[in-house]
Amino acid sequence: MINIGEILLDLWNSSGFATIFSGFLSQNGWQSLVMLVISFVLLYLAIVKKFEPLLLVGIAFGCLLTNLPGAGLYHQELWDAFMDSSSPVYHSYGEILRHGGLLDIFYIGVKTGLYPCLIFLGVGAMTDFGPLLSNPKSLLLGAAAQFGVFAAFFLAVATGFFDLNEAASIGIIGGADGPTAIFLTSNLAPHLLGAIAVAAYSYMALIPLIQPPIMRLMTTPKQRQIKMVQTRTVSKTEKIIFPILVAVFVSLLLPSTAALIGCLMLGNLLKETGVTDRLSDTVQNNLMNIVTILLSTAVGATMVGSTFLTAQTLLIVVLGVFSFALSTAGGLLGGLVMCWLSKGKINPLIGSAGVSAVPMAARVANVEGQKANPSNFLLMHAMGPNVAGVIGSAIAAGFLLSVCSSLG
Amino acid sequence: MLVSIPEAGLLAVLGYGIVFSGLAVLMVVVMLLGKCFTMKKAKKSAAEPAIAPVAAPVQAEIPAAPGSAGALKMHDVPPKTAAMLMAIVADKMGKPLNELRFISIKEVK
Repeated sequence: MINIGEILLDLWNSSGFATIFSGFLSQNGWQSLVMLVISFVLLYLAIVKKFEPLLLVGIAFGCLLTNLPGAGLYHQELWDAFMDSSSPVYHSYGEILRHGGLLDIFYIGVKTGLYPCLIFLGVGAMTDFGPLLSNPKSLLLGAAAQFGVFAAFFLAVATGFFDLNEAASIGIIGGADGPTAIFLTSNLAPHLLGAIAVAAYSYMALIPLIQPPIMRLMTTPKQRQIKMVQTRTVSKTEKIIFPILVAVFVSLLLPSTAALIGCLMLGNLLKETGVTDRLSDTVQNNLMNIVTILLSTAVGATMVGSTFLTAQTLLIVVLGVFSFALSTAGGLLGGLVMCWLSKGKINPLIGSAGVSAVPMAARVANVEGQKANPSNFLLMHAMGPNVAGVIGSAIAAGFLLSVCSSLG
Repeated sequence: MLVSIPEAGLLAVLGYGIVFSGLAVLMVVVMLLGKCFTMKKAKKSAAEPAIAPVAAPVQAEIPAAPGSAGALKMHDVPPKTAAMLMAIVADKMGKPLNELRFISIKEVK
């Protein structure tokens, strides 16, 4: 005879509620609960406060799904075994496909570096390198603004809480480039992926709050008022040659960054050739949207309580904001040097746009310039360092990946 | 792998240096590319035979609207976009549109 009571008891024991309540302490039920609250907070920030909603909604929901006890959508232990060189299933994607949940399968795209590269393909197709080509000196501002990457890397090592790979992954937050940060972290410190992705995307959304005080602190009102003259017109042929040139040069300089730069420049070439409009349209819209869903959910899935609720996460959040601020300061310093060398023809504010975060950082430079002088339009001038920052952060990531791979 | 603080400092300086030098080399290459194209363009325009300017067909002068600041020249910009741009500029500057004078609007390609 069917024992209804026993069936109900079994149902209760197999439910996530039982794991949370009965295993509150022994089975990390409290961690699941805290992570669920964090996912709600992130959803609030994304939906109500509009903090990078396209990414943060997916990250928050991935976090929510992965922390539902008993759902089995993501298995941290499978990925730990995947990374353990002594394990019989070391680097076995077959094992993940056999025993993994839906989010484990999504995560394969992060682990292989596929999603960040596909995102870069879309970013490339949406980027106009015209302002950079008309004013090539912008490239130096893009380089100067990578200061925060290396300063945060140094600080992370100096705290003594992080090893070389972890410090490199934290440093790249200062590049203000989400796909690059995910690409590097998934290669070097996958256990920190959730914290680093959330920090990177949150700070990118906070650029209009983080950058202006630093800009006002480092520049005088007179410098902020400088109007820049219109630069030369760039021919279509130059725009076609540029992505090919950068892909070849940067990939030869740092082969470890070839995947990122290659995809960025392929996307840009699809846009500029004028004969692949359909492909350009696809990578800018449909492909980009699909990959954004997969990437954000997979990154959110790595936010498991046992690895996320640590002192390291708090330190990452602190070091991340330092990294952003120092990158802005580095870019502004570069802008000030250029302003001095050009005898006041270059507005130093455009240096702050070198932190990547296209086009938010350029917009902030434009707004600050207009606050000083309402007839000042810096947007196109700031777009040069802005897109140079994308190339700069990819080179910085390539360097860190190369160094950590050879030393680790 | 754990590294000492001085080693981390050295790596940071080295990395920053490599990013700087990589982008500096790229800057030089882009500058050279730009120079080549500017020279080519200049040569091409110099080599073109001088064509006598064709007299533009005489158009009847259209009187400007009362209170207008004159005609606006639009280069590759549709009137709707031009109107929108003028409205944005006026809004950003915090000045009424009729107190501003727009001479020409050109799309930067």
